[in-house]
Amino acid sequence: MAVASDLSCHHLVRRFGDNIAVNDISLDVPAGTFFSILGPSGCGKTTLLRLLAGFDRPDQGDIVIRGQRMNDVPPNKRPVNMVFQHLALFPTMSVGDNIAYGLKRRKVPLAERQKKIERVLEQVGLPGLAHRNPQELSGGQRQRVALARCLVLEPTLLLLDEPLGALDLKLREQMKVELKHLQKQFGTTFVYITHDQSEAMVMSDQVAVMRQGRFDQVAPPETLYREPATPFVAGFVGDNNRLSGEVVSLRDNLAEVRLDHGALVAGQVAGSQLAVGGRADLYIRPESLVFTGDGLNERFSRLDATVRSTLFDGANSRIEADINGQPVYARLPQDGSAPGLAEGRGLQLAWDPQLARVFGAEAL
Amino acid sequence: MIRSVPRSRLFDGLYLTYLVFFFVYLALPLLVTAAFAFNDAPFPSLPWKGFTLDWYLADGTEGRTGLFHDDALLSALWVSTKIAFWVTLVSVALGCVNAVLFERLEFRGKEFLYLLMLLPLVIPGVILGVSILVFYSGMANDVSRLWGLELDVFRPGLTLVVMGQVTFITTLATLVIAARLRKFDRQLEEAALNLGATPLVAWFTVTLPWLMPSILGAAAMAFLMSFENFNTTVMLTGSDTPLTVALFNRLREGSTPVLNAVALFLMLVSALLAVTTLRQKR
Amino acid sequence: MRSSAGRLSLILLLTPFLLWIVLLVLLPHLQMLRVSFQVRESWDTLVWGVEQYQNFFSESYYWRTFVRTGVMSVFTTLLTLLIAFPIAWYIARLARGRARGLLFLACLIPFWASELVRTYGWMILLRESGLFSTWLQALGWVDGPVEMLYNDIAVIIGLVYNGLLFMVVPLVTTLDGMDENLVEAGYDLGGGHLTVLREVVVPWAMPGVVSGCIVVFMLTLGSYLTPILMGGKDSAWFTQQIFTQFITRFNWEQGAALGVLLLFLSSLMVWLGLKLTGQSLRKVMG
Repeated sequence: MAVASDLSCHHLVRRFGDNIAVNDISLDVPAGTFFSILGPSGCGKTTLLRLLAGFDRPDQGDIVIRGQRMNDVPPNKRPVNMVFQHLALFPTMSVGDNIAYGLKRRKVPLAERQKKIERVLEQVGLPGLAHRNPQELSGGQRQRVALARCLVLEPTLLLLDEPLGALDLKLREQMKVELKHLQKQFGTTFVYITHDQSEAMVMSDQVAVMRQGRFDQVAPPETLYREPATPFVAGFVGDNNRLSGEVVSLRDNLAEVRLDHGALVAGQVAGSQLAVGGRADLYIRPESLVFTGDGLNERFSRLDATVRSTLFDGANSRIEADINGQPVYARLPQDGSAPGLAEGRGLQLAWDPQLARVFGAEAL
Repeated sequence: MIRSVPRSRLFDGLYLTYLVFFFVYLALPLLVTAAFAFNDAPFPSLPWKGFTLDWYLADGTEGRTGLFHDDALLSALWVSTKIAFWVTLVSVALGCVNAVLFERLEFRGKEFLYLLMLLPLVIPGVILGVSILVFYSGMANDVSRLWGLELDVFRPGLTLVVMGQVTFITTLATLVIAARLRKFDRQLEEAALNLGATPLVAWFTVTLPWLMPSILGAAAMAFLMSFENFNTTVMLTGSDTPLTVALFNRLREGSTPVLNAVALFLMLVSALLAVTTLRQKR
Repeated sequence: MRSSAGRLSLILLLTPFLLWIVLLVLLPHLQMLRVSFQVRESWDTLVWGVEQYQNFFSESYYWRTFVRTGVMSVFTTLLTLLIAFPIAWYIARLARGRARGLLFLACLIPFWASELVRTYGWMILLRESGLFSTWLQALGWVDGPVEMLYNDIAVIIGLVYNGLLFMVVPLVTTLDGMDENLVEAGYDLGGGHLTVLREVVVPWAMPGVVSGCIVVFMLTLGSYLTPILMGGKDSAWFTQQIFTQFITRFNWEQGAALGVLLLFLSSLMVWLGLKLTGQSLRKVMG
């Protein structure tokens, strides 16, 4: 076990009756990493976080923080702090007292305590607010107080339980960037759980995609996006179109798939369960789809489609096209390069097979 | 009927008249009682004979004895204060324990015990007094007859009065404190643990401060209810007469403005207590 | 370790509760029940029997007072509800801001004084030499002094006065929690004032109504001072008879039997009230 990793878990299991909330999870988080656990609600990510904080105990497996086994250490003795989903700022105390709380428990003398509080408030961008009541602060400010309350203790590990969930959209976008900066500035290892893939993608060094108590894939955001390891990741991270069919041939890491309505398309082989004649799903991202009429490569797969409607959303504008009754989305560039697309018009959609991924159908 | 639904003028007028009548009905008896504490006449009725403080200050030399020189009333006031003090202490302590028991723990038969906890609310006060008298005083009688032991604590007196009042005031204190505890976010305690507090420290630094307004409120309520209680108290009181019982006895002999003086004094103390708690809550 | 700590705290918290409920509520009431079935043959011999209950049914004075107390308590409760509802509605729905808080406080003020003081206030107002009588004479509406005290109407005025707070507070609390859109939707869908009141407002306020009614009923049924001090010669109250048996006649057995009967009546009425309105004690009280 490398000393360089701040947190490692070995085969963690937590059951609630028949339900296995955390199912044999192992992970390793190097020091100074922003590590996110991304998954839909009910996937077990909150349970995992509570195991790490010590509010719950694993039925099997070990939790090791900086080389020390934590299983039997109570929450108040772990070098781990947590930013709670609803922040859990003590309403009966001022901002300063909230931040002082952990320091007092460590018996840090008053003068040093005050110095630390001042410094950390400055670091999170709230200088001079120590005497305010948390209820008087804005959502973003409270967020920062919750962070400061943990960071002032210089924990080995900071756990964050979807703390941005309660903020409105604009503030959330802003806080994402800020959290990432703060993490770099303090150099603390962050373990962040969220169901919002954009939060995970923007902030993280590593993202673990969690489903039904297991990790589907642990990788940097870009890898997750470009090379999803499972159909679940392909569907959950970013937008994706799914086309079902039967594998016709496998060659040079490319799979040719005969779609249910007869068209023949190709994509990169992903996953090992593909066999000629077996069912398969091809995933292609909206931005990888191009409209024909451009200088097209011979290798490209293409499909005939009808325009259903255009969905204008600035840089995210898309068209909704119909391929044999199934909706397919394609990005609509806003630089004037797109053809005029009236509803009901036929068009051809094409893609580079290198950008599409084909999974065996049983997996999902 | 609500602000956004139009109402007729007539309806509004009638409604307002009704409100005015209602509040006059509420205030009149108290205003009258208070006013006659200062009437310079030996009997609390009209006509108004002029303002005097005799009913508080007179020392008995001119045939009038004011409240502050009336030893019987003053000692009754002291008895009531002692009773109220103990009742407040015991019932608020029990209320805290009960609130935690019913809001934070899960155990078999909880629902049934909760109903038991509510029971004193649906028992008339007289019955609470009677049953405690029958049980404890009867026990003291039996013990005395069979073994010649005198269990004086269980004879009518201060202890029994405190016990009788604690019976129902505890339920009220429990409800007040439990209502506040229900609104407590358990995550706050977890946050305290997470920041390095032991469970006991977390309780005293986070949960208890949160409960404090309700504990003070419950204490003020308990004190007032104890001080003003008559129905339970009268069954259990011994030779030391609490204020309400003393006033009742005086009233049956005939009313004098001293009673008005006491009444006004009590109202002011209650008001003071109520205002202090309200201010605390904010 | 986790479960043993949990066990310990359960025991620590359960013990005071059980001591309180068993020593102060359950045992005393069971003993009262037991004593009510004991007949005293001589000063130190007791035998089981129902003599006390036979006395209750054979002496019309007992059961007449019993029925009278019950009926008047029900009437007082309903009257209190009728008087308090518009007030609660005004405070919860029509008044705003400061006025709202002040009106609510005004409702509480009378209860800074004890029942005795409140009753005393009414006596000063209503008696022959009282204020109303003097005012009426001064206005020339009556010739001589009028006695308005010592009759059933005076008793009811006093009892309603005592109960008002306990009706207004739960009503304001439930009405306060009502979404005004419900009422608006009621009108929007074509309801009139009465329909909306009957089908939207009252069902919503039901827990508060029941809770207020139970408390007021219990207070009225168990009240002693108001009926004694404001009632006339023939307006006896049942608590008075219990009191007489215990304090004046030292007949504990008879007193206990009357106590059991009063407790039975109050439990029956509360149970009936809950059944008829489909509420549970936990919901309306807890």
